[in-house]
Amino acid sequence: MRPLVLSLRQRPDQRLDLSPLVPHLLAGKAAAEIERIELQTTKQRVTVGDAFRLRAGDADQMRIEGACERLDRIGQGLRDGEILVEGDVGIQAGRGMRGGRLAIEGNAGAWAASGMSGGRIEIFGKAGERLGGPLPGETVGMRGGTVVVRGNAGERAGDRMRRGMIMIEGDSGAYAGSRMIAGTLILCRKCGVMPGYLMSRGTIVLGGDCEELSPTFPDCGSHELVAMRLIAEFARMYSKRAASVVSGKLRRLAGDMAVLGKGELFVNDRG
Amino acid sequence: MPQLIANGVRVDDTFAEAFGMRATAIVITADSARWARQAADTMTGFGTSVIGCGCETAIDQELAVGETPDRRPGVRVLLFAVSTAELQKQLQTRVAQCVLTSPGSACYAGLAGKDKLKLGNALRYFGDGWQIAKQLAEKRYWRVPVMDGEFVCEATTGLTKDAVGGGNLILMGNERGMTLAAAEVAVKAIRAVPDAITPFPGGIARSGSKVGSKYKNAPASTNDAYCPTLKGAVESTLDPDIAAVLEIVIDGLSPAAVAAAMRAAIAAVVKLGPKQGVVRIGAGNYGGKLGPHHFHLKDLLP
Repeated sequence: MRPLVLSLRQRPDQRLDLSPLVPHLLAGKAAAEIERIELQTTKQRVTVGDAFRLRAGDADQMRIEGACERLDRIGQGLRDGEILVEGDVGIQAGRGMRGGRLAIEGNAGAWAASGMSGGRIEIFGKAGERLGGPLPGETVGMRGGTVVVRGNAGERAGDRMRRGMIMIEGDSGAYAGSRMIAGTLILCRKCGVMPGYLMSRGTIVLGGDCEELSPTFPDCGSHELVAMRLIAEFARMYSKRAASVVSGKLRRLAGDMAVLGKGELFVNDRG
Repeated sequence: MPQLIANGVRVDDTFAEAFGMRATAIVITADSARWARQAADTMTGFGTSVIGCGCETAIDQELAVGETPDRRPGVRVLLFAVSTAELQKQLQTRVAQCVLTSPGSACYAGLAGKDKLKLGNALRYFGDGWQIAKQLAEKRYWRVPVMDGEFVCEATTGLTKDAVGGGNLILMGNERGMTLAAAEVAVKAIRAVPDAITPFPGGIARSGSKVGSKYKNAPASTNDAYCPTLKGAVESTLDPDIAAVLEIVIDGLSPAAVAAAMRAAIAAVVKLGPKQGVVRIGAGNYGGKLGPHHFHLKDLLP
């Protein structure tokens, strides 16, 4: 069956909330019903039909064409099926996702994958700040699933992450993995200052140079661990670059000793 | 006893009587095949019979680098017990004492399924608070710091309640050396069958037992009807030309696995013929009243 296609007519005048456009909420709806769904975030009413040209098809295989950074919360609460976005997206893409696949061919705004608990997000461009992180007032960020960013990521990727895996193939901003509770964060290239800042548990792997490591991560020596082989095997399904970063001998730094200190930061062992 | 003849070997028209058991499987890996095998050999030692060992356990198969979760050489071990509680206890103590302690080892689930037994979930406390859980998709692992690095152990492994224990073949020869050689050929054939093990030493039991004894405290005693040195003194089942008897006991994760193992063993022994192997093949049963699984030899002939 052909996918359900939504083509953006033009850049919208206001930010649009696309959270109603997920397969399980669209299941069984006729095209006319979908076109009547409201997406506005201001007093000005905007429906799907106003903003998009709709080509009816299987809602489990959605495609959003001509997307721009004003489209927020794409794939929010996705349970299953697939959403493919051609173009950039706004904030909170894939927020609270529980399953399925969200692929963004452009850049994503802040809080992509926020509070996600399952499924897979692939961002081919750049990701904004606080990838997978909690919104203000929330205590936990990403709780499961897999995120791959082919480009760079902003500050605090993996903030308060509790489970799952984030792989960033490009550069990462400052404080990556800040306040991590658990989970795995693989940063393939350069990263900003203080990765793992105040992390209590979890695993961060640095493939490239780091602007400044926190002094509260004592050196635990260089090791080739079986657990890293398992992580590499898992990562290989999503990113060959991430798998290669995890493979081989790595230096283990334990921390953040400023808090619980049961997390770990692996860096390339060039010595 | 009525008999069939296959390639000159007499095959009793009887059946092996087997029992339902609880079983699990684990995969042990190490830096080399030698050390994976060492950990498995240590763990499966003293695991021949539930009568005295608590469980029946042996290596099912050796696994190549590409077949294990961490891409290191490994072996798959099966464990069988009479209850879930005993199986859990045996799994836990054997992995803790024999695999956790073995250099470079790691341990994973060797059986999928809805019912689970604790593996790493029971052993993680050895980490004294330094153990780390790592969830990768549906699988959860424990990383326990040890003196040569980390012991990685999957949190749980599968449990099957459809396992079968006590499938057997009785090989009767007219000379001890050839009987043993035939038994070894049978065990080698069974090793190629997945999901089935032969838990006795080298896969072979020479002291087959019967239920009960003249002594009050012994639940089982020597199977005098199959002892060649008692042929004239007791009601023996042995023919005059039989001088040695060896038994192969087979446990499998399913009735089909036991049947496949018995079929492979019979085919291998029959192929040898009476001059290179044994002159007669039989099977042990209790009249069919105790065990729900009956494996008739005539159905398993090549």
